[in-house]
Amino acid sequence: MIINHPLLGPRDSAEFTYLGDASLIERPDWQAEDAADQFHDYLYLRDNPAGEHRELWFHEQGDRSWLVVTRNTLTHEITKVELARDVARSLGRSR
Amino acid sequence: MRYSLLKILAEGLKGNTGWTPVWRNPEPREAYDVVIVGAGGHGLATAYYLAKEFGITNVAVLEKGWLGSGNIGRNTTIIRSNYLLPGNEPFYEFSMKLWEGLEQDFNYNAMVSQRGIINLYHNDGQQAAYLRRANAMRMAGADAVMLSQDEVRRLCPFLDFDNARFPIKGGLMQPRGGTVRHDAVAWGYARGADERGVDIIQNCEVTGFQIEDGVCRGVETSRGKISAKKVAVCVAGSSSRVMSLAGMRLPIESHVLQAFVSEGLKPTIPGVVTFGAGHFYVSQSDKGGLVFGGDLDGYNSYAQRGGLPVVEDVCEGGMAVMPMIGRARLLRGWGGIMDMSMDGSPFIDRTSIDGLYFNGGWCYGGFKATPASGFTYAHLIARDEPHPVAAAYRLDRFQRGAMIDEKGMGAQPNLH
Repeated sequence: MIINHPLLGPRDSAEFTYLGDASLIERPDWQAEDAADQFHDYLYLRDNPAGEHRELWFHEQGDRSWLVVTRNTLTHEITKVELARDVARSLGRSR
Repeated sequence: MRYSLLKILAEGLKGNTGWTPVWRNPEPREAYDVVIVGAGGHGLATAYYLAKEFGITNVAVLEKGWLGSGNIGRNTTIIRSNYLLPGNEPFYEFSMKLWEGLEQDFNYNAMVSQRGIINLYHNDGQQAAYLRRANAMRMAGADAVMLSQDEVRRLCPFLDFDNARFPIKGGLMQPRGGTVRHDAVAWGYARGADERGVDIIQNCEVTGFQIEDGVCRGVETSRGKISAKKVAVCVAGSSSRVMSLAGMRLPIESHVLQAFVSEGLKPTIPGVVTFGAGHFYVSQSDKGGLVFGGDLDGYNSYAQRGGLPVVEDVCEGGMAVMPMIGRARLLRGWGGIMDMSMDGSPFIDRTSIDGLYFNGGWCYGGFKATPASGFTYAHLIARDEPHPVAAAYRLDRFQRGAMIDEKGMGAQPNLH
């Protein structure tokens, strides 16, 4: 697979390590009443879709940036690559 | 029809005209006591043991494709019970004991071959860890032998003992480990279940569950509605997809695992050998091909095919531990979809929906577990309480902090 890095251009996926579903960016509020349940769901439960999947890749052998890659799990086709930093900021995270 | 030597001789004299189909191909009925979703190894084993051990024969096994078309037909056929943790080892040892009596039990040749499995170690720390594992195995009633370098050399003279980076110092051997003819396991269980009245319905995809007031009353399929007192899902690889039809999210990711076979060679490898310094394992099939594999590709996939970087990685592992493998040509490779769970261990449990049961999360250890998985799942379905050796495989174990993390990797499915 070739991942089209927003800053570096097309890179071999073997340069990256894989973390998983991009929903991991949306960490629950640790002060919420039901924080324990929310963190259980956040840490352990996954949608695991067959089809389009947004996921976190880390450019370990490159510029060490985190990317959000939109990839089809049935065909491995990559349709969108974003910097995870930009995705997190668009969700209202300050850093 | 009972298979025996006498039967073969008699049929030989009659020109093999008396053999009948091994299972029926029935139309689905409107209602069953138990509907099992998925006619793979585990689903068929569940049906077989439900009928044979628990007397429940009004059972249908529904299969989207043909029976045995999933991971029972695309694995590396290894059986072993060399686990460490108390939640796992008694279960896998129970499975090993069922393997040992399986062919006599279901009267079918599954070619169970206990040639032994050797896990190589390459340093003192690994030796200590394997000794601990060997003791855990013995405490659960399994067999384990620590081999010195000389003993490994006698069994497997072809290994690269003096590798500069990963010299082989010895191994942990389970002599009762080995390989089984994987398709025959599915066929044997299918035949045994069918003989006892279980309907195996192929080309019948489950498209939904009939859930009323938190109770599952049946399934919707591509061949109409089928009602059931109990519905048991057993579709590892596609668990998240099927359980999402019931509105459930699982602690599972689907990943692709590749395996490879070389051209046929004369007998060279006595049993199963695993590399301790990288992820590589190899055995030799009865046809002579070297069967080997290694790591997951590492990203979510339902594609049943992997990429070339893992082919390279697996072959590098092979070259490091047994350089002679470089002279064999790779004949074929394939990918299967694994239910990778959050702690590397499976689930056999009830769900929050009454009458709906779940079996999955087998990671890449499902084949060896087939008999015990079927037996304990049948026990759960029939008696509504978990079998003692499968009591730890609960869906809520992450909530309780009771993970069974053999590799100590945490909630990162692609590392288990």
